[in-house]
Amino acid sequence: MADTIDIRPGFADPVIESQQVFRAVLDAMARPGRIQSVPDGLTPPAPLAVGSAAFCLALADHDTPVWLAPGLRNPATLAFLRFHCGCPIVEEPESAAFAIADAAGLPALDSFAMGSDAWPETSTTVVVQVDDLQERGPLRLTGPGIETAHRLSVPGLRPGLPDEWEANRKLFPCGVDLVLVAGRRIAALPRTTTVTVGAED
Amino acid sequence: MYVAVKGGDRAIENSQKLLAEERRGDPRIPELSLPQIQEQMALGVDRVMTEGSLYDPELAALAIKQARGDLVEAIFLLRAYRTTLPRFGAGEPLDTADMAIRRRISATYKDLPGGQLLGGSFDYTHRLLDFALAAGDERPVAEIAPDGVEAGMPRVVDILDHEGLIEFEAPDDDGEPVFDLTRESPRYPADRAARLQNLARGDEGWLLGLGYSTQRGYGNNHPFAGEIRVGEVAVEFAPEELGFPIEIGEITVTECQMINQFKGSASVPPQFTRGYGLTFGHCERKAMAMALVDRALRARDFGEATEAPAQDEEFVMAHSDNVEASGFVQHLKLPHYVDFQAELVTVRALRRKAEAAEAIPDAAE
Amino acid sequence: MPTVIPHPTASTATAAAPQRLEGYNFAYLDEQTKRMIRRALLKAVAVPGYQVPFGSREMPLPYGWGTGGIQVTAAVIGPDDTLKVIDQGADDTTNAVNIRRFFAKTAGVATTDRTVDASIIQTRHRIPETPLTEDQILVYQVPIPEPLRQLEPREAETRKMHALEEYGVMHVSLYEDIAKFGRITKSYNYPVRVNGRYVMAPSPIPKFDNPKMDRMPALQLFGAGREKRLYAVPPYTEVKSLDFEDHPFEVETWEQDCALCGAGDSYLDEVIVDDKGTRMFVCSDSDYCRERREAGHQGDGGPA
Repeated sequence: MADTIDIRPGFADPVIESQQVFRAVLDAMARPGRIQSVPDGLTPPAPLAVGSAAFCLALADHDTPVWLAPGLRNPATLAFLRFHCGCPIVEEPESAAFAIADAAGLPALDSFAMGSDAWPETSTTVVVQVDDLQERGPLRLTGPGIETAHRLSVPGLRPGLPDEWEANRKLFPCGVDLVLVAGRRIAALPRTTTVTVGAED
Repeated sequence: MYVAVKGGDRAIENSQKLLAEERRGDPRIPELSLPQIQEQMALGVDRVMTEGSLYDPELAALAIKQARGDLVEAIFLLRAYRTTLPRFGAGEPLDTADMAIRRRISATYKDLPGGQLLGGSFDYTHRLLDFALAAGDERPVAEIAPDGVEAGMPRVVDILDHEGLIEFEAPDDDGEPVFDLTRESPRYPADRAARLQNLARGDEGWLLGLGYSTQRGYGNNHPFAGEIRVGEVAVEFAPEELGFPIEIGEITVTECQMINQFKGSASVPPQFTRGYGLTFGHCERKAMAMALVDRALRARDFGEATEAPAQDEEFVMAHSDNVEASGFVQHLKLPHYVDFQAELVTVRALRRKAEAAEAIPDAAE
Repeated sequence: MPTVIPHPTASTATAAAPQRLEGYNFAYLDEQTKRMIRRALLKAVAVPGYQVPFGSREMPLPYGWGTGGIQVTAAVIGPDDTLKVIDQGADDTTNAVNIRRFFAKTAGVATTDRTVDASIIQTRHRIPETPLTEDQILVYQVPIPEPLRQLEPREAETRKMHALEEYGVMHVSLYEDIAKFGRITKSYNYPVRVNGRYVMAPSPIPKFDNPKMDRMPALQLFGAGREKRLYAVPPYTEVKSLDFEDHPFEVETWEQDCALCGAGDSYLDEVIVDDKGTRMFVCSDSDYCRERREAGHQGDGGPA
C-alpha cells in the first residue's frame, strides 16, 4: 500500500523502561526544576522528542485522551501514539489528560483542562518540548519540593509565560502541571511552583 | 527476662503448613474433589461467583475448597484472581426475556403467559433434617414434563409496560462506556449502574438485612415480587475487529424484578416503579434483597425522603463489600502497639491531671 | 541484673535480590494498573495533601493490611531499588515480613532492614528515627485517608469541605478536647495541614512522628487501598500539626530511655516483662536501636 506508515518502535522492555521513565517524571514533579533523564534508545517520529515519546509510552493509554499541538501532528506521530499507547487523540486541548506541544506551538495555558476545586486532579498535564534545559539561569523556582530555590533556564518560552504561570498557580488546587522536555532531559513545574524571573542570586 | 519477638518469617511459614493440614482434615476421610463441590455445594459456588464477580464454577469450587468452606474467604480468593485477568471489553446486555427458564414465579398475577414454573426450590420443603440423606447414596430422579416449558415467557414487568403502568426504562445506549466499579473509584452521588454493580458484588447478609429493614418501615417501598426467574442466558460480545456481537457462552443467572408502588409527583403520574436484582447462578435470596435495596436507593430519583439506612447511598455502598469489610475488621488483629503506646501516654497524663485536681479540693470551681 | 536478649542483630541486614516468581508481572500489578496508579501519584505530588481517587485493585493480601501501600510500592519500585518494610517501626513484625516476602517474590528486588540502605521504605504506623534523605521514598499504608471522616462520615460532604477549605469542624473538635480535658487528646493520626492548604491524615503514626514529616527531604507517598485514595507530600514541604496559639502542638515524651540502647530521643514501646506488670521501654524502631548498640551505646537493661 502506498500510504503505509512506518511505525517507529516503542520500548524494548516496556515493563522496566516504563518504570524508569515514570520514576524520572515522578522525581521531576517532586523536585521542580531538577533535571532528570529518561533512558536512551527511543527513536520516535519527528518532531516528537525522545522525552515526550517516553512520557507517553510510560503513562498514556486508552484512558487518557491526548492532545497534540498542530505542529506535532503528522501521520507518523499519530500512528506512533495510537499504535503503542492506544490513546484517543482529541481535538480540544481542554479534553486532554495529556497535551504535547513545542514551546512555539504551546496554546494559552488556560485553554487546557484546569480541574475543579472538588476534583483538581482532572486538569491536563502539559508536555512542552523545548530546545534546552539547564539547572541555572533566569528562572527562580520556589515551593513544595524545593529546599530553598532552584534555578532553571528554558530557552524559547514565550515572554508572557511566567505571568500565565503565576495566574495558573493562583488557581490552586486547580491548574495545569508542566513537564518540560529537551531531548532525553525532563524537568517539571507542578502547579504549586512559584516562578520568578531574575538574575542569579 | 525480655526476649524480643522475632522470626516472623518462620512463624508465617509454619502457620501456613498447619493451615494446609487443617484444611485437609482427617486423612482417613476421602478428600473433596472440585466436581463434588461444584455439583453438591452448587449454591455456595453460585454465591462465591456472584460476590467474587467471576463466572467460573470450577475456580469458585477450588476457592471454597481452599478456604475450608469459608465463603467470604473464597470470594476474596476469587476476587484476587479476577483482578489479574486481562479485560477485553464489555459484553452486550443480557437478554433475560430470552432466558432458557428453570424457574419462574410471579407474586403479582395468578397466572400469566408461560405460567408459574416452580423449578427446584426450598420454598415448600418442610425443614426437617433428612436422616436418609445422612446415610448417603441417594440418587433421586425428577420427572420430565411431557410438553416441556412454554416457549414464550415474557417478563412480568414488560406486561405492565404495555399498559404504561410501570416506569419506562430506556436502554442506556448513549455510547458512553459503562462505569466499571472494579476499575474506578466510586463517586457520590453514584448513578444506578454503579449502584447495581456494587449491590451485585455486595455481601448477601448485608443486603438481606438492609432489604429486610425496608420491609419493617425503614424506607418502605411497598414491594411486590413481580417476577423471579432463574435460567440460562447467552453472553454476547462484539470484538472490535468484527464489529458485530457473537455468542461466547451461556451462564446461569437469577433475576428479580420488584414492583413498587409510587403515588406520583408533580411531574410524574402515579405508577409502579422498579427494583432490580441480578446474580450469577441461583442466588434467589440475594437477588430479592438486592432488588429491595436498589429500589430503596432510588428514593432520591423519585423525590422521596431519604432517611432510612437502606436509602443512604454512601452508607449502603461503602459498606456492602465483604472483602473490604472483612479485611478492615480483621486488620484489628495486626499489631497496633505503637498507637496503643501513644494512647497510654495520653491517658496516663490525663489521669495525673485528674488526680492532681482531686488532691487540691478547692481547685474545683 | 536481668538477662536481656536484645533485638537480635539483624543477620538479614541487606538481602540480595532473590529469584522472581514466574507467571506474574514484575511487582505483581499489570502494566495498565501501574499506569493508572502512576498517573494518580503524579497528580498527588502536584496537589500536596489532596486525596486522589484511584481504581484500587484487589490484592492477594486483605484490605486493611497494607493494600494501598503495596499498590503504591508496586507502581514505583524498579529492579534497582532496595526495599525496607516496617510495621510498628520494626522489620520483623509478621505483616512487615509478609509484605517484604511479597515484593521479594514478585519483584525480585533486594530488601534490607537498614534504613540508610533503603531506596523505598514502606511503613505502617511509624516514620524511622534515622532522618531520611533525598534519595529515598517513604510509602505509608493508610487505613482511613480522610482526616475529617470521624467528624463527617460522608465522602460527598468531606469532598466539599476540602474544596472550600472549610476546616472549622476540625478546629472545633480539637478545641472541644481542650475545653474538656485541658489538652488535645489525639495521640496518633494527628491531623496536619500540608503547605498551608489541605488538612491531611498522616496515617496512624504517633504524633511523635509528625514533626518528621515537615520539610522532609524524602518524597512521602500515601496509599489507601480499601478507600481507593492516594496522596503525597513532596520533599521540603511544610507539614504543620494543627494546634492553637495557647495550646501548641507537643509530642510524647518518656521519663525512661531505651533499656537496650539508651536512646533518649526515640519513640519507645512499652514491654510487659512479668505477670506483675513490670514494664520496660525499648525503641520501637528496631533498626535504629540496633545501629546504636552496634555503635557502642547501651541502655540500663530495664527493671531488675
